[in-house]
Amino acid sequence: MSARDDVLSRIRSALGPDRSVPPEAVRDYRLTDDRPLDVLLDVLVDRVEDYRATVARCGQDQVRTTVQRLLTETLGEHDPADVVVAPGLPAPWRPEGSTEDDDRPAVELAARAAAVTGVAVAIAETGTLVLDGSPTSGRRALSLLPDCLVCVVTADQVVGNVPEALARLDPLRPLTMVSGPSATSDIELERVEGVHGPRTLLVVLVAPATD
Amino acid sequence: MTAVHLGMPTLPTAPRGVGHLRGTRSFPDEARDSLRNGQLRANLGHATTTIRGKRAGVVAELPDWEQLRQAGAALKRATMARLDDHLEELERQVTARGGTVHWARDANEANEIVVRLAREAGAREVVKVKSMATQEIGLNEALEAAGIDAFETDLAELIVQLGEDKPSHILVPAIHKNRSEVREIFARTMPDVDPDLTDDPRQLAMAARAHLRERFLRATFAVSGANFAVAETGTLSVVESEGNGRMCLTLPDTLVTVMGIEKLVPTWRDLEVFLQLLPRSSTGERMNPYTSTWAGVTPGDGPQDFHLVLLDNGRTAVLADEVGREALNCIRCSACLNVCPVYERAGGHAYGSVYPGPIGAILSPQLTGVEDNASLPYASSLCGACYDVCPVAIDIPSILVHLRAEHVEAQTHPTAESTAFAALARVMSRPRLWRAAQRAAGLGRFLSRGKPVLPRLPGPAAGWTRSRDLPTPPAETFQQWWAKENGGGRS
Repeated sequence: MSARDDVLSRIRSALGPDRSVPPEAVRDYRLTDDRPLDVLLDVLVDRVEDYRATVARCGQDQVRTTVQRLLTETLGEHDPADVVVAPGLPAPWRPEGSTEDDDRPAVELAARAAAVTGVAVAIAETGTLVLDGSPTSGRRALSLLPDCLVCVVTADQVVGNVPEALARLDPLRPLTMVSGPSATSDIELERVEGVHGPRTLLVVLVAPATD
Repeated sequence: MTAVHLGMPTLPTAPRGVGHLRGTRSFPDEARDSLRNGQLRANLGHATTTIRGKRAGVVAELPDWEQLRQAGAALKRATMARLDDHLEELERQVTARGGTVHWARDANEANEIVVRLAREAGAREVVKVKSMATQEIGLNEALEAAGIDAFETDLAELIVQLGEDKPSHILVPAIHKNRSEVREIFARTMPDVDPDLTDDPRQLAMAARAHLRERFLRATFAVSGANFAVAETGTLSVVESEGNGRMCLTLPDTLVTVMGIEKLVPTWRDLEVFLQLLPRSSTGERMNPYTSTWAGVTPGDGPQDFHLVLLDNGRTAVLADEVGREALNCIRCSACLNVCPVYERAGGHAYGSVYPGPIGAILSPQLTGVEDNASLPYASSLCGACYDVCPVAIDIPSILVHLRAEHVEAQTHPTAESTAFAALARVMSRPRLWRAAQRAAGLGRFLSRGKPVLPRLPGPAAGWTRSRDLPTPPAETFQQWWAKENGGGRS
């Protein structure tokens, strides 16, 4: 008998011929967070900053200048071409002179100073940004290898809690949920930021359209 | 008791697990040694106190924590009841998305599969994401034996590997080491380490980054575990903090994920429960820094060759026990270790298994068979703190008692304890014998030399007093006092 058939038959023996099926899970936990958007945006900022990331809020026509300002504050004087942007990042968001990611070998991204991406969803309650491998979020290596990551989040992407976020996401895409910069608690269970992933996380939160 | 054959067809019983699940000495023997290690107790006391406070804070933030916990428990129970169907669905989905699924009856088979895949890929070295399953099966040793270098990339696993040590905690395998001990290990074993390295945790984390950076960038073959697998979509998930997981899941050409068969959930939506329960219970954070999910192979993004190894190694034997199977619901958060008074004092190595602490005390003996790990169900005071914090509400104390009963029933000869309790029952049911015994017990006061606790007793009672304080008997019993106060009259 193959290992597969063996393991499956062991499971069937273990459960017995008249296996009892326990009651279905009751989902009486909070499925949505119905607080107004402006409250959720404040919560998101509070939670992301709690992870020691930097957040800047801006209007819809200020994304490029805000991204550039944060990059300059973090990197100092830098070669603009050393900043790589996701291929689907809207043109008005891109810093002047930045490089668009293409199908170069992923490891080459390690030499770059910073990456700029969009996100698919942001979760206010946990301060989490979710990247989904789409052209706007970029491939996974882009948000991993450069030491500084800038994520642009629009207000309509912000949801309250984890159940709302998962409902918006496609489980067949490669997803990365980012909550602050890379960190570890492995020495005496005290959290320190900055290990293998980007040591700096900058978040640009774009205000909703006003009309 | 003799076994009565009822003419029932015997079902094939699942073989027990092999691998790093049992120590060479019993828990009391190991614990006695570790209790003498003052540094170990100080390190564990500091670390577990820190994490207990953080967990309590973020759990209290959620008004629906108990509802999430009950939903988590119910989801896991429902999953186990149809484990075969869910595994077949997972296999179909992973295969449909370009992955290859392998099945392993035990640790040896799983190791053979990974070694074969590494050889076929021509890999001389392997980068690893921290994974309990691969610790359990001893994969690193199997790879080394095949001439393939395995590099742990999680900071705590790296500390353990460089220090030629053993893991002592599910989440933080190097919890028994403090910052200055970590500095000493890094200074001694990392070739290019800065000689001025201090014991500041941030500096130590930077040293690990520098040490592993090149290795990540040249890696072609990675091995991971999985926190969750979603049957309906074939989605796998790794929950981590440092980004070493993302490096291993993203950069190499080949990824092999080794996963216990109990790790799956039926639907994508089920993760909305577990992704809330796990980070708050384990590192005490609202969310861990990085959670990665992937389904099979994604063209142009990440490994283009993906293999999933489904591991039994004793799990089906656990599933066969209707009470004990709850142990399979564990999501490896380690909250039960951090609150356990026994773990905090004895440390993880005393349990002899890669699964220490309260969950280890019920999981390891079931994976190996209780008789092979007989001291672990007793490695608890049954205080119940583990049950209170468990995010999937595993009733660990009840399972401990269940396993103790199983161990006692398995004894073919009367034990000292069972003989003593049989004698006690006889004495307590006969008033004259009982009074005589109480008078005799009063003689124990001579042994105490005025101290409130008796010294270790000799002979058959030694086993009892070795790990327990026996109070000095009082100068007079209640019955003697009553008789004196009431002039000898019976009430």
